[in-house]
Amino acid sequence: MSYVGSSVKRIEDRPLLTGKARFAADLCLPDQLHMRVVRSPVAHGRLLDVDTSEALAMDGVEAVWTREDVRDVPPIDFRMPWVEGLERFRQPILAGDHVRYVGEPVAIVLAEDLYLAEDAAELVFAGIDELDPVVDPVAAGPGAIETTVVEKAYGDLEEAFGDAPVVVEMELAVGRHSGVPMETRGALAHYDATRSVLEMFGAAKVPHHNRAAIASMLGLPLGAVVLREGHVGGGFGIRGELYPEDVLVCLAALRLGRPIRWVEDRREHMLAANHSRDQVHRIRAAVEPDGWIRGVIDEFWVDQGAYLRTHQVTVTELTTSMLPGPYAWPAYRSRGHVMLSNKTPCGTYRAPGRYESTFVRERLIDVIAHRVGLDSAEVRRRNLVLPERMPFKRGITALGTELTYDSGDYPGLLDRTLEYLDYERLTADLSRRRSDGESVGLGMGFFVEKSGLGPFDGVKVTVDEAGHVLVITGVASIGQGVETVLAQVCADTLGVGIESVRVRHGQTDDLAYGMGAFASRVTVMSGSATLIAARRVRRKALEVAAAVLEADPGDLTIDRGRVFVRGSAGGPAITLAEVAQRLRPGLTGGDPGLTAEGWFTADHMVYPYGIHAAVVRVDPDSGLVEVERLVVCYEVGKAVNPELVNGQIAGGAAQGIGGALLEDFAYDESGQPLAATFMDYLMPTIAEMPEVEVLLLEEAPSPLNPLGVKGAGEGGITAVGAAIANAVADALGCPQEVTRLPLDPERVRRLAADRA
Amino acid sequence: MSERTKVEVTLAVNGRPYRVRVEPRRTLADTLRDDCGLTGTHLGCEHGVCGACTILADGQPVRACLMFAVQCEGMDLRTVEDLADGDRLHPIQQAFWDNHGLQCGFCTPGFLMLAAGYLEQNPDPGEDELRAVLSSNLCRCTGYQNILKSVRQAAEVMRA
Repeated sequence: MSYVGSSVKRIEDRPLLTGKARFAADLCLPDQLHMRVVRSPVAHGRLLDVDTSEALAMDGVEAVWTREDVRDVPPIDFRMPWVEGLERFRQPILAGDHVRYVGEPVAIVLAEDLYLAEDAAELVFAGIDELDPVVDPVAAGPGAIETTVVEKAYGDLEEAFGDAPVVVEMELAVGRHSGVPMETRGALAHYDATRSVLEMFGAAKVPHHNRAAIASMLGLPLGAVVLREGHVGGGFGIRGELYPEDVLVCLAALRLGRPIRWVEDRREHMLAANHSRDQVHRIRAAVEPDGWIRGVIDEFWVDQGAYLRTHQVTVTELTTSMLPGPYAWPAYRSRGHVMLSNKTPCGTYRAPGRYESTFVRERLIDVIAHRVGLDSAEVRRRNLVLPERMPFKRGITALGTELTYDSGDYPGLLDRTLEYLDYERLTADLSRRRSDGESVGLGMGFFVEKSGLGPFDGVKVTVDEAGHVLVITGVASIGQGVETVLAQVCADTLGVGIESVRVRHGQTDDLAYGMGAFASRVTVMSGSATLIAARRVRRKALEVAAAVLEADPGDLTIDRGRVFVRGSAGGPAITLAEVAQRLRPGLTGGDPGLTAEGWFTADHMVYPYGIHAAVVRVDPDSGLVEVERLVVCYEVGKAVNPELVNGQIAGGAAQGIGGALLEDFAYDESGQPLAATFMDYLMPTIAEMPEVEVLLLEEAPSPLNPLGVKGAGEGGITAVGAAIANAVADALGCPQEVTRLPLDPERVRRLAADRA
Repeated sequence: MSERTKVEVTLAVNGRPYRVRVEPRRTLADTLRDDCGLTGTHLGCEHGVCGACTILADGQPVRACLMFAVQCEGMDLRTVEDLADGDRLHPIQQAFWDNHGLQCGFCTPGFLMLAAGYLEQNPDPGEDELRAVLSSNLCRCTGYQNILKSVRQAAEVMRA
């Protein structure tokens, strides 16, 4: 039986379906205290004294801490430090001399009961001398702080632009969105004196990194901190990064000697957890009359919010690297200004830097097509990197690795998409509907994703003496189906039934190293590591079995946990359980146990690619955009579990529609957030969703890993904003005027009115 | 809060009585989770939008975050923990499993209870009606199409 490549039902679903899952807020410990964070109500100000006396006087309030209590704790360090010298922009765990955004932690209350903790928090008064906030760092001019500029360039731009027959110039912007997982953050920490260990439940995404960071911040040995991941209600980049609250929970547990539990409420989540996107681009292209793009110059500003958090300038870095996408532009320069403002700090959100840059690039392509009078699909085709140039070295770096597209047939993918759409007929049909008075349009976005970020990940595979298989991985589960995927790879490689495989993840005391779940890396990295570890276990089993069966190991095979001579399934056999029994210490000369670790390392990322196509219908009176069709054509090299890949794509597409049409963390001029509830931050429901049509291609396997896989976590969202924006422009017949996401009803109505 | 402000309430949850002492302001969701130990009911927003805390009260899907425990005495309350019959999954649970109707699983109990409650009263819903009903809850992982597929399958099984 081959599990890899088939849509095996998920092995992790049963507890999630029966209410027996353990999310962060489901955990309690005896004698626990509840933490409530007091947050800044203003966007910018000098923090004077914080009056805690009334709160402290309440029965059941154990402690109230302010900056004075945490002066010895350093700010939260960067997990991904791409640029040196930015340490002064890191966030302290409680506000120091200034508050810099609405929602910044100013104090914490620790109390016997959660309702009581909330009551007490309302009695903590922070004296704040208000200062003018920076709400729009691009318009603010010299008043805004520019932390750094990230620049990437190649080719001769002077030559490209010198005598360019056509120059197309645009300003394009993407609003402030975030992952907004359905589970808010939460943590439960306690100091276990019997083991001298500080243990924190509620970790996600990068438990190993956060363990090291917490140990370092609190001055503990690495071995004295254990992080545990339970069920995680969605990741999307935001969940699982190290935030002030995680550190505060651990610190309080250490100092007070009692378990500390913190569960974020939704409003806090909207104010305090990472935002993302929020970029303004000014882009120029030098173009030939036949649509060939000679060069592109892009200058952009990222509104990073009040501090640089764990990702530092990752999003800016990725934007500059990935903006050229699938095109062979001979010359390119992008300069990203990382700006601070008095808003919630930013991090990554699914397809960070690519959702934004794909919108900018693909909008630009459509405008170029309009300017030179060609069909936009044709302009795309004329500029694509051709298959014979693969692997294609761009000549710049991405996340510290050389940007080299590993494999791909971009024109082939375009052909497949146009064929699937029945392009000629579809455009004719839409044009007929438009002449009948409907505002309908088609838009496309071609994108290149990146995935499988290294440098390593490890897996330990063990078969016990009853034949049960345990896969231990250093990556994390954020709901994407990692248990099933790793079990599929392990079961195939080892020759066992998938029902005998269990997968454990996210426990920092299981494996010495673990990179975690981000950057669409898990199947690439941990899938490959599982393959390596399971192969080792298999080899060991075959050696032991060969001695017992008096056969050559090369003649043996394993099927459903039985080892026998290939071709004689009915003949003499030994089970993996029996092999494991023969590998007890003392019985074997070699290493005991039917177990092995496998490590997979990677210097380069792998680059899946795809096209999104959207058909929209605009109501010019209400400004409402209905997505009639959304097609995603995506090349993933190899799908370990096609159903799960389709699920990733459909889910990403929904978030992409949210970013394209609905979602925006808007602020008023005083820096007050206008979207702090689900009544204001609108996310797609099923009513806004078309049936996403997925064309999953497995024609360009990656040469860079033994499974041939490319990551599939992000390609569902990448070009949705671009495709919908192009479709709206097509529908309204205003090719150049669609310049900002989200295309909310107000903006669309204005576009429609201006057109008339 | 002192003990004096608490009131004693007996809740009938999943056919079992739970006698709890709660403040009048304590939400039903918190009471179910913390006082009854039924953590399958999840809190996603606590302002009645996301529907993760959907349970059945006298057969009707309701938001447990928008009700107080003290309002619920005498009601027949059902939570996700009551759906399966021992190891045998309810048709709606089985359908979500069969159709990859969940990813992270956090919104799942709310969708299961919404669909179970609705299908018990409307065994043969039309497509538009089903979409309208399911639009009352939020999911951030699936893009909803497999949820719709799951509920369609469950409706068929429950009708048979």
